[in-house]
Amino acid sequence: MPHFERLYNFACWLTHDRQEAEDLVQETYAKALKGFSSFRPGTNFRAWIYKILRNAFLTSRTGLKATATVPLDLEDEEGALPAVEETPESILLQRSDGQLVQQALEQLPVAYREILLLCEVEEMSYQEISATLAIPIGTVMSRLSRARKALRGGLQQQFARGTN
Amino acid sequence: MVCESWKAKLDTYLDAEVPEDEMRTFDVHVRSCPSCSADALARVQMKRSIQAAGRRFTPSAEFRKRMQKKIAPKPQRSFGLRWMLAAAAAVILVAGSLTSAYLVSRPGRDQVFSEIADLHVATLASSSPVDVISTDRHTVKPWFQGKIPFAFNLPELQNTEFSLLGGRMTYLEQTPGAHLIYDVRKHHISVFMFQERSLPAKLNESFPSPKQLTFNMETWTQGGLRYFVIGDASAADIDNLAKLFKAAS
Repeated sequence: MPHFERLYNFACWLTHDRQEAEDLVQETYAKALKGFSSFRPGTNFRAWIYKILRNAFLTSRTGLKATATVPLDLEDEEGALPAVEETPESILLQRSDGQLVQQALEQLPVAYREILLLCEVEEMSYQEISATLAIPIGTVMSRLSRARKALRGGLQQQFARGTN
Repeated sequence: MVCESWKAKLDTYLDAEVPEDEMRTFDVHVRSCPSCSADALARVQMKRSIQAAGRRFTPSAEFRKRMQKKIAPKPQRSFGLRWMLAAAAAVILVAGSLTSAYLVSRPGRDQVFSEIADLHVATLASSSPVDVISTDRHTVKPWFQGKIPFAFNLPELQNTEFSLLGGRMTYLEQTPGAHLIYDVRKHHISVFMFQERSLPAKLNESFPSPKQLTFNMETWTQGGLRYFVIGDASAADIDNLAKLFKAAS
């Protein structure tokens, strides 16, 4: 089963629920097999199968809820970040348990969470991300930049809460 | 270009998404500019942290079995030609895009050894060979908590020539495991650990002949875990590291 482990991991991050993630992965493979004729040889297989999973998620109850509450392309909100001298990177250097990042990722809007996971965890190129999310490369770059900024903000807030 | 312009493109540069010539110019600048290199370092640290935190969920064995049953082609005559073609095309695609997937499909002891050698080489070739970077076993071991379905002990390396570089999660035959990298006189040695019962191939204690494998390797089972120690260091070094692990377990 190609990409099985990774698709499951990605599905868990999208749904926040292992049972739902299993259903999503199952649906993805069923759709992939059924619609294999729609796959164009020479194009990216990984982007194709991730796109199926993502589309299945977006039409699921959890997906609809997640995208209904948060606009897909959030405006660049500078937002007042807590005034702390430590940067998220220095905090991460101090605490190697990774839990901070997991929590910050969990709290991100789905559009930011998914693009960060595709870029950093799946190590997809901008081209692949563009094909998976069906957005232009320019949007990939701007959304990634906003997602990183939002993650940094989330980490700083967590750290500020932890130290107060 | 002033630093501000460089910094605006730093993420794109670290994602290796700028043209090659620009990449080289960036390299030169980052190496010579303390401010940009500090910024780049911080961002790399953040990328690694996201990568490590993002690889969090592993499917259960029960779910994997269920899926394999559903997906596996059934050996029936009624199996449609279209399905067979689709399956064959899928296999070709996957084989083309994923060498590891190809290796997983090959049964047998030597194939497992070859896959271990590939994992070792591919990891060392990576720009970020380890997800947890530390020489301290008390930092590296806890990092694996919740990521792999077993616990293990790491040897004390004081008064030995070995030093721990770090670790990462890995997979062999779709089984999650721990991959640790050690250094001995500039040679890198990989130590892999998997649950013995999860590995489909029955492996005995004999080593593959040098014709089959150009690395030195040792493998054994202890406490329900299958260990592999592999590297281009001398057989004596491999054996010494293996002994340290045997004593620690």
